[in-house]
Amino acid sequence: MCAQQTNGREMLRAEQIVKHFGSLTVLDGINLTVKRGQVVVIIGPSGSGKTTLLRCINHLEKIDSGRIYIEGEMLGYREVNGRLVEDREATIARIRSQIGFVFQRFNLFPHMTALENIIEAPVHVLHQPKAEVKERAMALLEKVGLEDRADSYPHKLSGGQQQRVAIARALAMNPKLMLFDEATSALDPELVGEVLKVMDQLAKEGMTMIVVTHEMGFAREVADEVIFMDKAVIVEEGPPEQVFDHPQHERTREFLGKIL
Amino acid sequence: MFQWGVVGQYLFSGLFISAAWTTLWISVVAQTLGVIIGLFLALMRMSRFPLVSWPARFYVWVFRGSPLLVQIYILFEGIPTIFPSLTPYLTAYSVALIAFSLNEGAYMSEIIRAGITSVDPGQMEAAKSLGMRYALAMRRIILPQASRVIIPPLGNEFNNMLKTTSLASVIGLYELTYTAQVNGSQGFIIFELLIVATVYYLALTTLWGYVQNWIENRMDPNRETKAELTERKNWTQRMIGFGSRTSGSLLSGTRERR
Repeated sequence: MCAQQTNGREMLRAEQIVKHFGSLTVLDGINLTVKRGQVVVIIGPSGSGKTTLLRCINHLEKIDSGRIYIEGEMLGYREVNGRLVEDREATIARIRSQIGFVFQRFNLFPHMTALENIIEAPVHVLHQPKAEVKERAMALLEKVGLEDRADSYPHKLSGGQQQRVAIARALAMNPKLMLFDEATSALDPELVGEVLKVMDQLAKEGMTMIVVTHEMGFAREVADEVIFMDKAVIVEEGPPEQVFDHPQHERTREFLGKIL
Repeated sequence: MFQWGVVGQYLFSGLFISAAWTTLWISVVAQTLGVIIGLFLALMRMSRFPLVSWPARFYVWVFRGSPLLVQIYILFEGIPTIFPSLTPYLTAYSVALIAFSLNEGAYMSEIIRAGITSVDPGQMEAAKSLGMRYALAMRRIILPQASRVIIPPLGNEFNNMLKTTSLASVIGLYELTYTAQVNGSQGFIIFELLIVATVYYLALTTLWGYVQNWIENRMDPNRETKAELTERKNWTQRMIGFGSRTSGSLLSGTRERR
């Protein structure tokens, strides 16, 4: 089957993703390809389905039809006699462990310090030696500028600091792909910059990223490709200069006119 | 005539010390088993598969909806008439343990379910996004957070359990109440010995109050330093719920009373 062919540079391919919440169609035939090292930024009005798309890519939401491939491996489902069957939990967990997810509300584990948050999954999921993981975690904390907060509990950290720890926690798994779900939307305006800086740095280091955001400056600056979603479909996609400066569709122009 | 001398005579007798020990260990074992049963029932109840969740619902419905005393009688008198071969296994001890554990499991399952439900769903999502499977996420992420909500009512349950064990007196288990009954009716000192039993019940529940307090303080996520941990209410506040706030350690609190 042609869908099984993999291009060595391809990180993610989503084909004809459809997702309903009850009678509401949230994703209506989404196609998306992300190449290794690419930064794709998804923009669009709220309710357009961009967060749901991101959650489907991590199988936090089940899809109703379509296929998602991570480096050529189908995510969440396998084919049995031409029908899609949900995959075993262990398989889904293994693929998820290679995809970092950064949540709008951080979702740090409140009963663990920053350092414990970061080492939790590498130690208990990947079974890596604790001392080694700790060392790497400290390096990651330094990378996000929080090496002095290793022993702080999340409730002692500002929103921006929590989100940076959450990014470090995701990076500790050495993910192939990072998904950012409105990572700065829950932050006070003065804290947005510190998180965007970390994301920018990550992009420059060549991390493959899919970013859902309302930060148009960041999108223009960092994105290789911008996707505009509205009403469950991808309306327009292209390099940032094209989407921001020469939008082809009326809906894109309308949205950008409101937000810029 | 009420004889205080008899109370004093029996208070530290081997008879009542061993009865108190029976009450205590039956309570501890039954509560522990109850928590384990309750945990599995809670997880079953929250399953999205009806075949898994309905048996748990049914269990809770039966055990919460019928009197514990009747459950004890059914196990002790009823079951042996249908399954005579089980009779040697259904001693007063084992019936008490089984009945208390099964009954407690039903109550604990609701408490544990409430605790798990209280944890932000984002926690499970974060755990899953890091590649954790359900069981690992439950154990490492969800249950430690749920326990903050579970521990206080669990403490009440154990307090109840200490006293509920008196129901085992109806099947002749020598815990505090039955010991008082049997020995009291022999020498017409039933009232005196019930007072002795009451003193033991109060001692056990009071001690448990301290233990519970200590556990809850240890689990408080907002506790930052050991210094803050030791700065807390004095003993009257903790035990009875009033009194002035004093700072200083638990030890200095006791010292002040002298």
